[in-house]
Amino acid sequence: MSIRYGLLALLEQGPRYGSQLRTEFETRTGATWPLNIGQVYTTLGRLERDGLIVPEGGGDAKQQLYAITDEGRRELGDWFSQPVDRTQPSRDELAIKLAMAVGTPGVDVARIIQAQRRHTLAAMQDYTRLKARALAAEPESGDDIAWLLVLEQLIFFAEAESRWLDHCESRLLRLAARPRPVEPAPRPPADAQAPADDRPKARGGTSS
Amino acid sequence: MTATPVLRLAALTRVHGSGPTAVHALKGVDLSVHAGEFVAVMGPSGSGKSTLLTLAGGLDTATGGQVLVEGHDLGALSRARLAKIRRTSVGYVFQDYNLIPALTAAENIALPRELDGVAARTARREALAALDEIGLSELADRFPDEMSGGQQQRVAIARALVGERRLVLADEPTGALDSETGEAVLALLRRRCDEGAAVVLVTHESRYAAWADRVVFLRDGTIVDQTAAGSAETLLAGGGTR
Repeated sequence: MSIRYGLLALLEQGPRYGSQLRTEFETRTGATWPLNIGQVYTTLGRLERDGLIVPEGGGDAKQQLYAITDEGRRELGDWFSQPVDRTQPSRDELAIKLAMAVGTPGVDVARIIQAQRRHTLAAMQDYTRLKARALAAEPESGDDIAWLLVLEQLIFFAEAESRWLDHCESRLLRLAARPRPVEPAPRPPADAQAPADDRPKARGGTSS
Repeated sequence: MTATPVLRLAALTRVHGSGPTAVHALKGVDLSVHAGEFVAVMGPSGSGKSTLLTLAGGLDTATGGQVLVEGHDLGALSRARLAKIRRTSVGYVFQDYNLIPALTAAENIALPRELDGVAARTARREALAALDEIGLSELADRFPDEMSGGQQQRVAIARALVGERRLVLADEPTGALDSETGEAVLALLRRRCDEGAAVVLVTHESRYAAWADRVVFLRDGTIVDQTAAGSAETLLAGGGTR
């Protein structure tokens, strides 16, 4: 979805070739989310099908100039004016890993947390070096500023992950220090259809 | 990097109290920081971060092990010699700035130099140059209570950096600052480090620790892990091309 609107936003500045769109998209985002040219042409095909862009001039797909239509501008305007949907979060491998780890015998959750924390910090160091370099160059152009914003988004998201890991660690320590509750009886099979909110409080309380 | 680290902690131990109520704040910590290296120390409250920094700066005495600053064993020095090293080799930045309220920004910066025997006029000139370097020349004659928290902290950093100090120790220097001002403080420390100083930053905020070359994780008085310096450069394929 973001590629579709990203390309529309670039076309709003004037007609572009497919290869040009790919380069400009990557320049704005510092190649953080690299595009392959196949994705670009597939997306352009769908945008043309939906009437949001039109080809200009002749030639084959690779040498085709595309321009945004009025309908495309309206759709782009809607995209900018509406918030990005966060109510359907994408699957997060780390959250799934920790959720699985706490219930798996023999898995050292603290070690998983520390290994991830080190990796996340190392990634933040990398982003911060790039950010310091970007700031030292005194960003002026739209591309430079866009790259800085993307880098800062990566830093803030990594920071949130790091803080969440700290929180997981301290919560697990607190829970481990409590007297152990009596083991619940084995849960009935899935076809018993027990509602999720019937879970014992101790389990539900670990979500964050 | 030089062969001799600017700061070396060897089997450093600090125990508060004795007997069954003794608190083992540091348990045999080994850490070397070289010229031009920026190390961040992270850990939860009570992990020993601040103890490590106060020992490294000669503000407290170890119960075991050694602190060596530019090869000098702080534990083996006379009080006068230790005080001189603290004034000339070590710059300390505190969370609560610790500026002297009755002195102006320039006077706060010049004071340690004057205590070290530098003529008042020279010390003042150095202080003004230090303020200029951090973009706060206009605050030279202001008193701490006439400055914002961010301005006071930057003056405190200028005080820690003035002269030839090769070791800068910063204890949560961004604690009370907003995000952008905190970043300006880190940029100052980073620059000083790039000019050749060794910097140790204690922080619980990963975003600020990420300015360091190496991040050390402390738990219960022990170093449990650390990031390898410069290990993540390949994470962003496009980063190197910009």
